[in-house]
Parts: sequence; structure tokens; C-alpha cells
Amino acid sequence: MYHWIPFWPDTAAVNGVVVNNLYIAELALSGLIMVTVVAMMVTFCVRYRDGASTSRANLVRETWHFEIAWTIATLGLFLVLFVWGAQIYVWLYQPPPADEEVYIVGKQWMWKVEHAGGQREIDALHVPVDKTIRLVMASEDVIHSFFVPAFRIKHDVVPGTLETLWFKANKTGTFRLECTQYCGLQHATMQGEIVVMTGPDYARWLTSQGVEESLAQQGADLFRAHGCSGCHGENSTVHAPSLSGLYGTQVHLQDGSVRLADEAYLRDCILNPRSFTVAGYPPIMPDFSGQLDEGDMLKLIAYIKSLGGGQESRR
Amino acid sequence: MPADTELMPEMQYATLAQQGETAQFGMWVFLTQETIFFGALIFTYFLYRTTYPHEFAAAAKDAVLWCGTLNFVILVTSSLTMVLAINAAAQDVRPNRMVRWLIMTVVLGCLFLVVKGYEYYLDFQDKVVPVVAFEVKPGEGSAGVLFWVFYWVATGLHAIHLTIGIGLVLYMLLWRIRRGEISPAYYAPLEVVGIYWSFVDTVWLFLYPCIYLVGRS
Amino acid sequence: MSTTTFGGVPADEPTAATEPSYLTSENTIASWLFTRDHKRIALLFFASVTFFFFVGGAAATLMRLNLAAPEGLLQPAVYNRMFTMHGIIMVWFFLIPSIPTTFGNFFIPMMIGARDLAFPRVNLLSWYVFNLSGLVVLFSLIMGGADTGWTFYVPLSTVYANGYVLAAALAVFINGFSSIMTALNFVVTIHKMRAPGMTWMRLPLFVWGIYAVSVVMLTATPVLAMDTFLLAVERFIGIGLFDVRHGADAILWQHMFWFYSHPAVYIMILPSMGVASEIIPVYARRPIFGYAGMTIALMSIAILSFFVWAHHMFVAGISIYSGVFFSLMTFFVAVPSAIKVFNWTVSLHKGRISFDAPMLYALGFVLLFTLGGVTGLMLATLAVDVDLHGTYFVIAHFHYIMVGATVSAFFGALHYWWPKMTGRLYPEMWARSAAILMYVGFNLTFFPQFVLGYLGMPRRSYTYPPEWQSWNLLSSAGASILAIAYLLPLLYLGWSIFWGRKAGPNPWRASGLEWATPSPPPKHNFEETPVVALGPYSYDPENDTFIDQEGVLHAR
Repeated sequence: MYHWIPFWPDTAAVNGVVVNNLYIAELALSGLIMVTVVAMMVTFCVRYRDGASTSRANLVRETWHFEIAWTIATLGLFLVLFVWGAQIYVWLYQPPPADEEVYIVGKQWMWKVEHAGGQREIDALHVPVDKTIRLVMASEDVIHSFFVPAFRIKHDVVPGTLETLWFKANKTGTFRLECTQYCGLQHATMQGEIVVMTGPDYARWLTSQGVEESLAQQGADLFRAHGCSGCHGENSTVHAPSLSGLYGTQVHLQDGSVRLADEAYLRDCILNPRSFTVAGYPPIMPDFSGQLDEGDMLKLIAYIKSLGGGQESRR
Repeated sequence: MPADTELMPEMQYATLAQQGETAQFGMWVFLTQETIFFGALIFTYFLYRTTYPHEFAAAAKDAVLWCGTLNFVILVTSSLTMVLAINAAAQDVRPNRMVRWLIMTVVLGCLFLVVKGYEYYLDFQDKVVPVVAFEVKPGEGSAGVLFWVFYWVATGLHAIHLTIGIGLVLYMLLWRIRRGEISPAYYAPLEVVGIYWSFVDTVWLFLYPCIYLVGRS
Repeated sequence: MSTTTFGGVPADEPTAATEPSYLTSENTIASWLFTRDHKRIALLFFASVTFFFFVGGAAATLMRLNLAAPEGLLQPAVYNRMFTMHGIIMVWFFLIPSIPTTFGNFFIPMMIGARDLAFPRVNLLSWYVFNLSGLVVLFSLIMGGADTGWTFYVPLSTVYANGYVLAAALAVFINGFSSIMTALNFVVTIHKMRAPGMTWMRLPLFVWGIYAVSVVMLTATPVLAMDTFLLAVERFIGIGLFDVRHGADAILWQHMFWFYSHPAVYIMILPSMGVASEIIPVYARRPIFGYAGMTIALMSIAILSFFVWAHHMFVAGISIYSGVFFSLMTFFVAVPSAIKVFNWTVSLHKGRISFDAPMLYALGFVLLFTLGGVTGLMLATLAVDVDLHGTYFVIAHFHYIMVGATVSAFFGALHYWWPKMTGRLYPEMWARSAAILMYVGFNLTFFPQFVLGYLGMPRRSYTYPPEWQSWNLLSSAGASILAIAYLLPLLYLGWSIFWGRKAGPNPWRASGLEWATPSPPPKHNFEETPVVALGPYSYDPENDTFIDQEGVLHAR
């Protein structure tokens, strides 16, 4: 809709469409404010320049009325912008039910992408158009930031935790992916492409990737290999919380707090079980910090999610 | 040592009283800033303590309680001797009582450092020095070391501040008082040092429970 | 020998001073290096900050040369260190100290009618500590520089960066002591050493600006001190309170860093606001519009600046409700800034405006600050910031404020107070040309960066896709013009020291107490303590007269 504005960037997702309106409104407002200030300044400088014969009588001494008036006007205007922006922001960061989930690992200096079906890509992300895609993102080293200008979405990818982002592309094409958090030497070249395809094209692409195991299946292998099934498996005699149906539910912890069992929670439990012991269970789970990289973590989490769970996680 | 010449305020001050008040105000402003400095560290400590209460409790078992408590007593007493010294400055024409209390303060301050030094030696033995001599204790997990990083940074910074305080008191004794510049007519410099000393004491008041009373209730 | 005059500066013959000026009273090197005179210390600081301005500027020059084409000029590692050192040096070694340590040190005692600051030795120590921190940062730079960005985000800075991060962090830590000493001196001085009759509401706005900045410095800098100390410890021993591998929170560093660094950006702008409020009434020959409102605005900005820090972190992983809170607070802090812009603009109404170089800089300041401010509104808006964060839009925004506004104000102050500090007038024609050139060069350099930002170019990039080259080239071309505009004053101001026309005590016919002394002032500022009868800026444009702060009426 705004393609007539010179140099206006492409908009290829519903996220971007919503942001555009606010964006343009603010640009227009900025222009208006600048024009007003410049006009006033130029007018006064010309009219009241030294040597001009305009009358300087009756200087305004009681300035309060003006100041209160423009304080209130400014505050009112700012509050409108704030509310508008905040509403969109909350919507941008509360993922709706997703049609697809993709797992992203950022590392110096590339984006590793893993689809739920096990398809892997580097510096590229193929997605179907008009479908809600939810990204679960981890960093293997430093803080990166996943940015798609054409979708107007961005989120930092932080080591030690998992972040989520969602979008729904509304046109096909190839769109730039950037890293916008300085992450070291080759930060400037840590780019990629988001390839938005029609449904059938995407389905064809998925099957052509030559994948044997889905992400969840790979996670199941890890689950057994690292001994998790010894306590959490169906035939275990150890008193450990059951994982089936866990994802998305509320969990009561030993210290009295309640947490939502989202991806970040699952990650925390695996890496620092002592601080997240579930109420009523002995604190005996070994911690796996240092034994699993971010990619492995995401596979395990995908597996646990596949064991059934509640609603999609909400931030 | 009586003052032969009358003490004059510095050129930018109208009276000695203005100079003294301004000096004290300056020290209070400085200490506000110091409070924020230590406050930032203590804030970080509390953030991690509430996130990892078990790990911190496990790690803090190796904190040497008797050293910390003894030092607490030493420092609080030194604040008392400092106040007594200032009292003497305000009342006595002759500096003898003031000097005695100030020497006591220096001795107590140095005693704190000796006890702290011995405690550091014990810490080495207990292997709670991150990177240099560190062993993960049971129940501490990977987050327990954060307690010890806090311990070394906080007590190290505190010791530096205490050493500066001792230096200031020595400066008072060996320089200002010896030249007769502190008397009931003008003893603001000593008050300024006293305020600083009390601050160093207060920091220990906060560090003590953070370090030594974790998980001991 | 310049005889041209613009703006009607009268050809005053300086009256014979009763004592030698602060410049000539003693002339040994020791008398400068061990001085307690706030005016000499101001000049010492001026030398230091100017040196670092050009070091940071050299880094910027290399950066813009590199970015003129995608193929670049520098190795990526070198570029990354250049932008980091550019940020560190410009922020802590130029912008933060600039106006307070030079014009603040020189003029606060004079504007309040005092003979010196409360703690002259602390003032001198502040300069030495500043230079010590400068040596450490130069060491870091010469050895290759840190490569983390001036923001030192963890775990990049603690674990993964290869450059001289420890030295850079230590330099910043030491520099903090210098800031704190200067700020402490100002707060105590303004509270305790005002001349009789100089009530708070009669203080010039420059004094209010310095007071506000000093309060912020004292409250915020200790947090930075702790941050950089902890960072240095972690870098040195390999483990620390920001260590993700031990359960520490990578975002904690960002919170603690921005808790200081957001107020820091207000530290950088508040003195400039004071300068603009000082200059505009003089050259518009009328009182500032809304003096009380301006003081409230300054103090509100100072206080509110502590409640907005996480607007740098909207996409960092904070909760969305946090984000909402910080966006609201950011809009609140923008209100007093907007009020100031309105007040400055309306302070031209019914004046008698002349366009001397200081006024050109002050007017430029208002416009550049406004443009920076409205783009700040866009960044404060949560949904829009999601798109713009981490792109060149942010870089353009903050350079409009920090370079466009603050550096303009610095140059404005320099020209305004030059006659008082040196006793010489600068050549007006050159000064106006430099001001206009700076304005043009600045806009050409930074406006294209807004476009690059919303096109999606990330910041801190040594290269970029070829389709963005024309904007980058435009920006680099502008930078070359800007460089000339910054070098010109060195030349003509330097020239004026030896050959400029001698200035009288009050060439601009201004009303402040500092103009009631000879130019340059004697060592102790005032023979007798002034007695203040009035507030500042009592200019009457209708009759073209003014009343100085001691109550004496003057014709223009």
C-alpha cells in the first residue's frame, strides 16, 4: 500500500502491514513538527531581526498558559503514539497458534535452521506463504539478533535461554535476513534469506531435503542416549515428573513459584535442575550443563513437545 | 601543640564555618555515590541469591563465620573510637585524648585487615577462590561460584576502602593534628574523615549478612 | 588584524585591569600543571577533550572512508575496533566531559559570583585522573583496540572478543572517577557558594544545566564503575557475575549498563541545553521564554532519565510488560524536551535578533535536536522500534542529538565565551561560514543514515549489500565536509589568540555576572563579592536596553 513512498522498503508479512500504518503516521508527524518549528524559527528570525522596525512592545510575560497548553498537547499526542505502539508490540510478541514451528540456532557467524521434520538449512529459511510460523531461537555463543526487515520483526537471540518470534508472510519471494546485534568479526556478513513459497512448492521442498528423522525423533534418540528415559521413561521406578502432556501446562515448583512449561522452562530444567525442582519430587536430577549444545537442546525440547501438551506457549 | 597563627579559610570561602560545612556536605555527596557503587554490587548479589537460593546456601557454608563476626565487632568498635576522637576534638584544647582515640581507631582498622588476611588464607585452604583454587562443593552446582565471585569482589573493594580510611586517619594524625590545625574552633576535616569511616563500617554491616548469614537461620 | 565587525560589536578599548589576568599572572609550566585556578583547569581540560575529539574523529574518518564502498578499505577486524574505540572515546573522552569540564569549570564560579569552586584541588585531580584514563584508552587503541562496541555486551566482551577489552573497560572505570569528582564539585559549589542575592531562581540556565547534569553524573556513574569493574574482573580471571555458563544472565549486563548509559546520554545533552538557553537571549535581546518552566524541564529530564533505560532492550528478551512500562516512561521524558524546544523557538518572538556565530550554532542546535528528538519518538514507540532497533536509524538518531546538538552547542559556547576566556575576538566571517558548513555537512552525513536504517542496514557493519551504496557514499561525502567544518575553528580561533582584536569586558552586551569582569578575568574573578539583585536575561527588546544581575541598567 505504501510502495509509492520513495525508498519505502518491501512489506511481506502481516506483521509488517500492521506496523506500517503507525510508522507512516509517525514519519508524517515528525515532518509536521519539523516544518512547524522551522517555519516559526524562520518567521521570527526574519520579522524580528535586528534592524527590522516591527514593534517589540507587549512582550508576553505570563508564559504559564502557553507552557501548560503545549505540555498537555504534547503529552496527549505522545500517549496516543505510546498506546498504538504498545498494542502492536504486545500482539507482535504473543504468538498465535502456529501452523509450523522452526528451530533456529544463531552462532558466529551463521544461522542454522532446523524444521520440525528434520530438514536443515544454513543462512536460509524456507516457509510457506499465509501460514503462521513460530520460531524458537537459541544462541550457541554470543547474543545475535534475528531481523527480517521486510516483515518488520526482530528479536535478540540470547545464550542461556530460548526466545520465540512469529510471523505470517503474505507474499512469496526472497527476503533479506540480517543479524542486528554485533556479534564479532563477521557480524556484517551474518545474513541470510527467507524464502517464502506457495504451499505446494513448500511441500515439495520439504520432501526433497533427504531427511531421515524428524527433529523430535532425533530428540528421542538423545533422550535415550543421555539416560533421561532412566528416570522419566514410562517404565522407570524413579519418582520423576512425567513428561507426556507437560508442555504448555503450569508447573508448581519446590520453592512455591509456578512456571509455564514453555521451551525456556524445559531448557532451564535440563541445565539447572536444582533450582527448578518440581514440588513433591526429590532434588536428584543430574544437571547436563556442558554436555549438550544448543542444537541438541532444541531436539530434546522438540521431542518433549511431541509427547503431547497443552496450548501454545504465551510470553 | 597550640596554634600560633589563626587558621584562615581558603580564598574561595568567606568564613571557616562555610569551609567546614561545605567540606562535610561534599563528603556526604561523595558517600551517596559510594552507596550506589556498592549498592549495584549488592543488587546483583540479591538477584542471583533469589534465583539460586540452594546453590548460594551450599556455597556459603564455607564462609568463615567467626572471622566475619569478629571483624564486625572490630569495625563497630572502631566507629565508636572515631566518634570519641571527634568528641575530644570538639571539647579539648590539647589534642592528647583525640590522638589516643585516633590511634585506637587505626589499630582496630589494621586488626580488621589482619583478621581478613587470615580469613583469606583459610579461604585458600577451603578452595573457594574462583579459578585460582576452587572446588565445587556438593549442592553448589555451577551457580555457586557466583557467590564466591561476589565475596572476593565485595570484600576486596571493602578492604581497599578501609585502607584508604586508615590512610586518612594517619594523614590527620601525622599532618593536620601535628601542625595544630585541628582544634575546637575548627575540626571539620576530622569530622569529614569520621563520616567516611562510618560509611566503611556501614558497608560491612550490609556485607556481613550477605556473606555470613546465608542459609543459617 | 581584523577590523571588520559583524553583529555590531563595539570597538571597546579594554580598561586597564587592576590585577594581571589569570592567563598572565604566573607563567611557569608548574604554575599551570599545579594550578588550583578553575579557569586554568578549564583550559587544561579543553586541551585534553579537544585532543580526544580529534582521535575519535580520526576513527570516524576511517570508518566513513571504509563505508564509502561495499568493498571497503579496512580489514573487518580493524573496522570493528575502530567503531568500538570511536564510541568509547567520543562518549567518555569528549561528549561527557566537554561542556562541564571546560565551560562549566570556567564559568560556574563566575556566574554565581564565587572566586573558585568548592574544592579546587579535587578539580585539578579530576584532570589528572581524566588523563590517566586517557592514557589507558590510548594504550588500548594503539595496541589494536577493543572490538565489542562501546556497549561491551556479554558474553561477547567477556568470553569471545579478542581485542584489548580489559584495558578499554579499565579506562572507562578510571574515567568515571574524573566525572564523579567534577560533578561533586559542581553540586557542592552551586549549593554552598552562591553570592548574596543569587537565589536558585536567579541562576542562569547554564548553571541549572550543569547542576542537573552533575546530579545525574553522581547517581549514574557509580553504577558504571561497578559494571566496568565486574567486567574487567571477569575478563581478567575468566569467570564472573555475567557468566552464562554459570547461570548468570546475559541480559543483566544490559540492564546494569543501560541503567548508567541512558542517563549518560542525558549527561551529554543537559549542558548543551544550558548553553542554548544562555546564548539565545543574548542574541535575541529578550528574556528566555518561560525561565521557571525551563528549570523544571531540566530537572524533570534529569530525574526521568533514570526510568527509561530498558528502551534499549525492547527486543533483547525482557518481558513485554517491561517493554510497555519503559516505552511509557520514554514518552514522559520526551515531554520536557519538547517544552524546551517550544520555549527556545518562542524566545525569538519580538526579539532583536542578530546572527553572530554563537547564535547560528544555537539555532542549529535547536533544529538538529528537534529532528533527533522526533526520531527518538519513533524509537520510543514499541512496534516501530522492533523494526528500527540495531539499524542505522538508531545511529542517525543519536548522532543528531550527540553530534548535531551537543557539538553545535559546544562550538556555540566556545565562540560565545571566547572573548571572555582569551580577551580576543575571533574573525566573525570565518566563524559564521564554519557554522553553516558544519550544519550542511552534518545533515548530509547523517540524514541518509535514517534511510539506510529503515531499509534495514544493521549497525556496526564493515560492509553492506551493493544496493545501499549510494546512501553510504552520500554519508561519507558529508563527513568530509563536516571534517573541514570542525578543523576550521582550530585555525581561525588559534589565529585570533595572537592577532584577533582585543575584546572588552562585554562585547556581546550580555547580562550575566561573568561579563562584569575584565576579559580575560583576573585570577580571583571578582575584586569584591557581587551582590545580586535580579534574575538572568533581563533584556528589554522594546527599549533595546538590559539590566545586569547586580541591577545596573545598560544601553545596548
